[in-house]
Amino acid sequence: MNPIFKHGPSPQYRLVLVLFCSALLIFFDHKMASFESVRGYLQSLVSPLQYIANTPKQVMTWASENLTTRQQLMTENHQYRLNELSFHEQGMQLEIIKQENARLRTLLASPLRSDIKKMVAEVLAVDSDPYTHQVVINRGANDGVYEGQVVLDAQGIVGQILHVGQTSSRVILITDISHAVPVRVERNGLRLLASGSGRIDRLTHNFVPHSADIQTGDTLVTSGLGGKYPEGYPVATVSFVSQDESREFVSVYSVPIAQIDRLRYLLLLSDKKQQSIFAPKIQSTAKAAQ
Amino acid sequence: MFAHNGIIVIFTLLIALMASIMPLPLSVDAFRPDWVLIVLIYWTMALPGRVNIITAWIMGFLLDVLLGSVLGVHAAAMAIAIYIVAESFQKIRNFSVWQQALITGVLAALYHLVVFWLQRFLIDVVFLTSYLYPVITTIVLWPWMFLLLRKVRRNFSIK
Repeated sequence: MNPIFKHGPSPQYRLVLVLFCSALLIFFDHKMASFESVRGYLQSLVSPLQYIANTPKQVMTWASENLTTRQQLMTENHQYRLNELSFHEQGMQLEIIKQENARLRTLLASPLRSDIKKMVAEVLAVDSDPYTHQVVINRGANDGVYEGQVVLDAQGIVGQILHVGQTSSRVILITDISHAVPVRVERNGLRLLASGSGRIDRLTHNFVPHSADIQTGDTLVTSGLGGKYPEGYPVATVSFVSQDESREFVSVYSVPIAQIDRLRYLLLLSDKKQQSIFAPKIQSTAKAAQ
Repeated sequence: MFAHNGIIVIFTLLIALMASIMPLPLSVDAFRPDWVLIVLIYWTMALPGRVNIITAWIMGFLLDVLLGSVLGVHAAAMAIAIYIVAESFQKIRNFSVWQQALITGVLAALYHLVVFWLQRFLIDVVFLTSYLYPVITTIVLWPWMFLLLRKVRRNFSIK
């Protein structure tokens, strides 16, 4: 190959062609969202790269897990035993409270809460793109993951599934700028919207009126409105409230309860509601057929 | 593409892709150099007949899939940066390594700004100076990557 004499189309031509392709892709991916299924295949295609990129971290974790002293293990074991005892005791109480709650709900003729199935996943890769907050987990369509599935860590809500591949899938975090969770203040039931701010330690709440009763330190839990997130899981703690009367709304910030910057093991909830949404449709079509 | 050990070029590009998604602590992550851009600039400069704008676009597209951004954003930015190299590879070749490092820095800044502008256009992201930190590490990394890749090219006699 002699680089002095160029072959093929000129760079300008190539650039225009390629930028045209990009514009088409951006339009169809962002505005029309017509790449949802293709994304799944692409995700499956690149997941080997993600698994390989993750190996150094796994080696380090393996080393740090295997190179602990006996003393450390014993103290940890002791700690876990104490924890288990207290959790066990709480679990017994929870069982009674659940039954009581179910009884009261039947008395009030409100719908019973069904048990939610859970699945544990491990974080494979954290997104290095500063504009979006996403992580990749090691569960995919083969494990029954579906789009919109709710993701938790040990403390609270982390986000939801964005794209599903065969063996890995992508989670959008609640701190992503394009994400919002419907929440309520645990203390008084005031409804709010927790939008991501693009910062890992902050959620913003828009359109909060001055009459709203909200203080720093309030816990925000999911309200279950919108049908994406099940009710009652902790989301954030209010960190800043500015009652500036010259502004139209109160500016409220909160800190996510889930440790967004140190995610490792995640819990995926599979909601039974997913089926119940489709159930009336079948009935109505059956009626229409009759 | 595969003749004359061209597979090595693809191999280095794949390693660069892996390095750009490798999990790092949050504090170091902001300084992650643009591995893919550096490797692409080197190969475009050394072998403009084999690695060019189309290759850059494909690598950018893969980066889009890996990073989960809107498809086409990184691809467009990568293609624009590599277009400049492909247009003036003969000039850039004759510069000293440090001058090349500065040019790489300018290209990296352009790349990040194009990505930012497109993201700003699509989703309302706010500009933080930390988005340009990778430019510094890219400049520092260029001479070492240049020497390493030149050694690779000569060792495998990639033409």
